[in-house]
Amino acid sequence: MLAYILKRLAMMVPMIFGITLITFVVIHLAPGGPVEVETEMSLKASAQARENLKRLYGLDRPLHVQYFDWLKRFVHLDFGTSFVDGKKVVDKIKERIPITLTINILSLLLIMVIAIPIGVLSATRQYSLFDKLTTVFVFVGFSTPTFWLALIMMIIFGVTLGLLPISGIQSIDISGMGFFGRIADWARHLILPVGLSAFGGLAGLSRYSRSSMLEVIRQDYIRTAKAKGLKESDVIVHHALRNALMPIVTILGLAVPGLIGGAVIFETIFAIPGMGQLFYQSTMSRDYPTIMGILVIGAVLTLIGNLIADISYAIVDPRIRVRK
Amino acid sequence: MLKIIWNRFRKNPLSVIGLGIILALAIIAVGAPLIAPYKPTAINVYNVLSAPSSSHPFGTDELGRDVLSRMIWGSRASLKVGFLAVGIAIAIGTALGSIAGFYGGKIDAVLMRFVDIMLAFPTFFLILAVIAIVEPSISTIMIIIGLTGWMDVARLVRAEFLTLKERDFVSAARAIGASDFRLIFRHVIPNALSPVFVAATFGIAGAILTESGLSFLGLGVQPPEPSWGNILTSGKDNITVAWWLSLFPGIAILITVLSYNLVGEGLRDALDPRLWFHEQK
Repeated sequence: MLAYILKRLAMMVPMIFGITLITFVVIHLAPGGPVEVETEMSLKASAQARENLKRLYGLDRPLHVQYFDWLKRFVHLDFGTSFVDGKKVVDKIKERIPITLTINILSLLLIMVIAIPIGVLSATRQYSLFDKLTTVFVFVGFSTPTFWLALIMMIIFGVTLGLLPISGIQSIDISGMGFFGRIADWARHLILPVGLSAFGGLAGLSRYSRSSMLEVIRQDYIRTAKAKGLKESDVIVHHALRNALMPIVTILGLAVPGLIGGAVIFETIFAIPGMGQLFYQSTMSRDYPTIMGILVIGAVLTLIGNLIADISYAIVDPRIRVRK
Repeated sequence: MLKIIWNRFRKNPLSVIGLGIILALAIIAVGAPLIAPYKPTAINVYNVLSAPSSSHPFGTDELGRDVLSRMIWGSRASLKVGFLAVGIAIAIGTALGSIAGFYGGKIDAVLMRFVDIMLAFPTFFLILAVIAIVEPSISTIMIIIGLTGWMDVARLVRAEFLTLKERDFVSAARAIGASDFRLIFRHVIPNALSPVFVAATFGIAGAILTESGLSFLGLGVQPPEPSWGNILTSGKDNITVAWWLSLFPGIAILITVLSYNLVGEGLRDALDPRLWFHEQK
């Protein structure tokens, strides 16, 4: 097992190298480079000031030197300072990351809790009314712009019914609340963002659990279990489910980039101060150091998601570990 | 051949309805100047944010513009971005997938690692990063969506190539001295097209969703040019007073994307020869 994990970790190194390279290239495609943007804001910036800035960022040197220099600082988690407020990019991201991760992990859990039972039930009752209804749901789910759904939910629950807050993660008067009051306040703020970001992944995973389950219940060992006279529910839960769940773990890993990317829209709509909102703000203000930092972190988080998925797959399925 | 596919496609009523909606939307987009009751940019300060009525079936926005007319014109943006972005993605994906699958070895390894790395980026992040350096507009976003959406097509085409290039008809063509170029374009690609068509249909659905999301964030189609996404931006800005600005454009996106997905599903079944065989049994 350890050997497998080490091999898997070693595979990540060239990937991260590629990720940083692409990020660097994308940002340096900018006409005139990052300095043009910074001086654009203060039109009075003289040619001399431009030169100084260029030297500060090392932009007067050849590209490959710049890249390796950036990479060297990057390894030490030094992403430079923000163009906007001069804060360290690392600190800005550190401030924002917990809330984004919390929302993403909560929605991943929600997706699992809802989608897997739906998928399993529609597989065991293939072509039933329930199965057909979930198929319709899956299609509509795939086609729904979730940011629009967010607007509609805000209108229904926030504006018309006045049940839920529609922005931020806590009320203004939160300091006056007790411990449980605060928890309840956070929960009320998080219901819509978490629910909606889960909705985006629901259709895919329930579809996938269905086909995975369908494949398993056609296997010989399921027929054997039924032939032994076991109860239908025992066969499903003890024999089929375990095997059907294995590939689903990998799919959850694949859902990570979608969730992180979706954070941009949700955090902007609900005014949640997370990494997605920071990314949106950085895009609007062309804050290149922050953009580069978040782009790489987002991709690395995806790799970590895949790594966790692969490792848990290897834990539940010993065949993976042995394969070359 | 086309007739067989159509006959099979026809068996799926939902896909046929989807196709009908897509055609109707294309007609609306092309005929927008004739169909739209008002000019999409005609401002009327005496009639701002008025609720749906007989003269403005979908209401008016914060500048008194007719929402229905803006939506009719906005369908052009969705259609343009959907088709052109997917066209770019298919072109890049087919080219790289063909090269990787046909030549194999080191070339294949390098190209596929590149695909893996591109897939590690949350697509929306990558798109936003590029928008930060270029001015957002309808043409830039369709290029960007295309440039960040080719990876699945590349994998698909490569997989087709890997199986097809071992087949006898390819070996036969090679034996009579056909060039690589001819082998790829005349013999393998035509046989690898079915899954690409299906992926393209689903891709259009995805591109329309992405465009509307970007325009909603103010990073796509720029006002006053209408798009379904940027009408929804006014919906958010006026969320407490004007529900119609949020409701109708979203339904339009949902129906359009759903139609493309249904057609994609129908095409997949119609183009899958394994299913033909099942039916004959």
